Amino acid sequence: MSDSATATVGHDHHEASFISTYVFSTDHKMIAKQFFWFALVMMILGGGLALMFRWQLAWPETSVWGFGWLSDENEFMPTGIIGPDIYNMMITMHATIMVFFVIMPMFSGAFSNFLIPLMIGARDMAFPFLNMLSFWVAALAGVIMLAGFFVEGGHAAAGWTAYAPLSIKEEFTGVGAGQTLWALSIFVLTISGLMGSVNYITTVINMRTKGMTWFRMPTTVWALFVVAILSLLALPILGAAGVLLIFDRVFETAFFDPQKGGQPLLWQHLFWYFGHPEVYILILPAMGVTSDILSVFSRKPIFGYRAMVYAIIAIAFIGWAVWGHHMFQSGMNPRLGQAFMTTTMLIAIPSAIKTFNWLGTLWKGSIQFTVPMLHALAFVSMFVIGGLSGIFMASNTVDIFIHDTYFIVAHIHYVLFGGSIFGLFAGVTFWFPKMFGRMMNDSLGRVHFWITFIGFNIIFFPMHILGIGGHMRRIYNPMQYDFLKDFEPFNVAITLGALMLGMGQIIFAMNIFGSLWKLNFNWFRTAARVVSSYLSAFIAYKFVAFYLEGLTNPTPASFGGRMFAGIIGLAVFVWIYRYLSKKMGEIGETAPQNPWKANTLEWVAPVIPPHGNFGPTLPVVHRGPYEYSLPGEEDDWAPQTKPLSEEAASASH
Amino acid sequence: MSDTAAVEHTVEPAETPLTPESWGKTGMWLFLSGDAMSFGTLLAGYAILRANSDNWPNPSQTLGISLTAFMTFLLICSSLTMVKALEAIKSGDKDKFKNFMLMTIAGGVIFLSLQAYEWNHLINGANLGLSENPYGDPLFGTTFFMITGFHGMHVTGGVILLTWTLVSGRKKDNLPDCYNMAENVGLYWHFVDLVWILVFTFLYLL
Repeated sequence: MSDSATATVGHDHHEASFISTYVFSTDHKMIAKQFFWFALVMMILGGGLALMFRWQLAWPETSVWGFGWLSDENEFMPTGIIGPDIYNMMITMHATIMVFFVIMPMFSGAFSNFLIPLMIGARDMAFPFLNMLSFWVAALAGVIMLAGFFVEGGHAAAGWTAYAPLSIKEEFTGVGAGQTLWALSIFVLTISGLMGSVNYITTVINMRTKGMTWFRMPTTVWALFVVAILSLLALPILGAAGVLLIFDRVFETAFFDPQKGGQPLLWQHLFWYFGHPEVYILILPAMGVTSDILSVFSRKPIFGYRAMVYAIIAIAFIGWAVWGHHMFQSGMNPRLGQAFMTTTMLIAIPSAIKTFNWLGTLWKGSIQFTVPMLHALAFVSMFVIGGLSGIFMASNTVDIFIHDTYFIVAHIHYVLFGGSIFGLFAGVTFWFPKMFGRMMNDSLGRVHFWITFIGFNIIFFPMHILGIGGHMRRIYNPMQYDFLKDFEPFNVAITLGALMLGMGQIIFAMNIFGSLWKLNFNWFRTAARVVSSYLSAFIAYKFVAFYLEGLTNPTPASFGGRMFAGIIGLAVFVWIYRYLSKKMGEIGETAPQNPWKANTLEWVAPVIPPHGNFGPTLPVVHRGPYEYSLPGEEDDWAPQTKPLSEEAASASH
Repeated sequence: MSDTAAVEHTVEPAETPLTPESWGKTGMWLFLSGDAMSFGTLLAGYAILRANSDNWPNPSQTLGISLTAFMTFLLICSSLTMVKALEAIKSGDKDKFKNFMLMTIAGGVIFLSLQAYEWNHLINGANLGLSENPYGDPLFGTTFFMITGFHGMHVTGGVILLTWTLVSGRKKDNLPDCYNMAENVGLYWHFVDLVWILVFTFLYLL
């Protein structure tokens, strides 16, 4: 099998129509790409919603920048101002889309589909047809979810947790069909997840190639496997609960309606009995990906491989016994609260094992600061902050004070953005060469990383302080409360950080499409340089200008201030532009077969793996996935397919 | 899954597969464990709602037991005939296979007809509605129709799968070729049977 180094789609080697290749493909790599683009498109929507409601929090009841042209009869945003109902809809849909349509499809759809067969040495999934169905059912769920924006009364506005009774009656939120479509979409999505997880688990159990024993699997596969088990068992709970919600809304039954003898707390129990395993469905794949990437770029075996695997299993297992910590303030018996507090704190043990093993992997390694490695390091450090703030709220006495404040928002974003999304960026930049046969541009990747990392911390770190100060979560206008007026500079700074984070993703998009289509032309290189430098300079200008005005004035006016900020912005522009001029290599460089010199099986496959992945015979595995810098070996890496040397082989028998 | 793909997968060497005879068997067990969670959710929700209600009607008086006991018996018998059909596949006896499969399908169809009769009787004869009823807690009717309806959908799916198995088994020259498929469908059918025993116990007897 020759390496198909050209841009042609490599797996298309037997006659297949456009439809069967790109639309209803049963090839796991194409399905992975479908999930990949699906998640990225949804990410634009989810992020855009966040930017819009951040505007409302920084400069309440003013026209959102860029929407001032809307007429005052506009249904959603009259003259570009976000009303309270639309605000609720936006926060609900931001979380729903990010959780169910970005992180889940990306990890449990794209990464699982792409990596599991390639990393265990299989030709495809166990059930390719079911796999194809799983994507199209997920796409249907996405369409239903998007349809909710266009119905009378707007989309769901009861929060992503859809707490009853708020979510069961139209008169409580003013939302009609939107909330029903929300529940329907979630129900359809659980069916897709069920199909996917049955596929992934069967594939891992049955289709590992010769020599790929359980403890020779990379941690990424372990994490995706355990996540598939969690999805298999957790998603049907949400599906069933979603059906009950639909019945309550459509057929006026009374499952969650206290007026007719129903139990609103039942919804919370069902939702969180699903919901806590769900947060591990979102974070565990990022942990697995990070473990792999840290090992590759430290050129060292991962520290405590088995402990890492057992920690993943332990987290997944204990994760079933902690759901009550979301409900400390729901009128729970304090003794039961104590039990949930204990189980929750138990999870800190396997999480700490993972963190220390990551540090152990880095210790005395020959660290290469590539872009995936930067994202992986960001994952580790941000996950530590998110984990530590998690211990605060696990303690039910502390939780009384921080419940439903921005402290919770800070925590969830430190683990889901700082954790999952950095893991996602790490994985995308690491496996992009395998998915599309081209390298992503390194220097653009670095600019994107630093803007994302700094922007992220500017947004979410101050939220801890807001939360301790009593800033409630999900409020429309913090300026109505006297005790929150002092926090105005924080809210402005956070919104500027959000602007920074959002603009940084433009660079990411340019990098992805530029590399994918090999736009190595002068005009594109110049455009990438100018856009990156301009965005950085613009952000620097805004921050300095607002800082000089005490961060409260919506339009910094003083001439001196603007001049000073302009000089800083110009300096940043020149700095980034010169950096990119010097360092920007080829855009869309053709990827070698194994660009990172990594050991795992996907790098043994051709640059763009064809249909069937590995050519006429499957690879045979002789060693574990992390044998870097072996003593006495010439290379600092040893692919899993490399036979053991004669002495080592005879010694092991 | 296309047949060629299945063959391609089964012949290649793999490290300690759990069900070397077919991937579908692992898949079916996994699907059933997920499905068990959805039934578990419904039954747990039922338990919580009923435990917190002070006017829950007495189910055995309101719903009647004798007909449902017969339905339960019928479903257990159809599980037995399914096992006999599998035995017939192993020995390659086409007539026996056809007869036992037909008996299994008949068990499912009669079960569904009796359930339709029972629902009709309860809705029109006894005024048991989805969101209200004259016997007490409105959730009594809701949970009853929800859970038996969800189970009935599973039985319907099972009857379709069984018919499909019968047809494709009849087409095969070598009957044992359809053993895997019949075994997987059989697993599903036993699961539906087992769930019904739980549903019968919790919804009618207790």
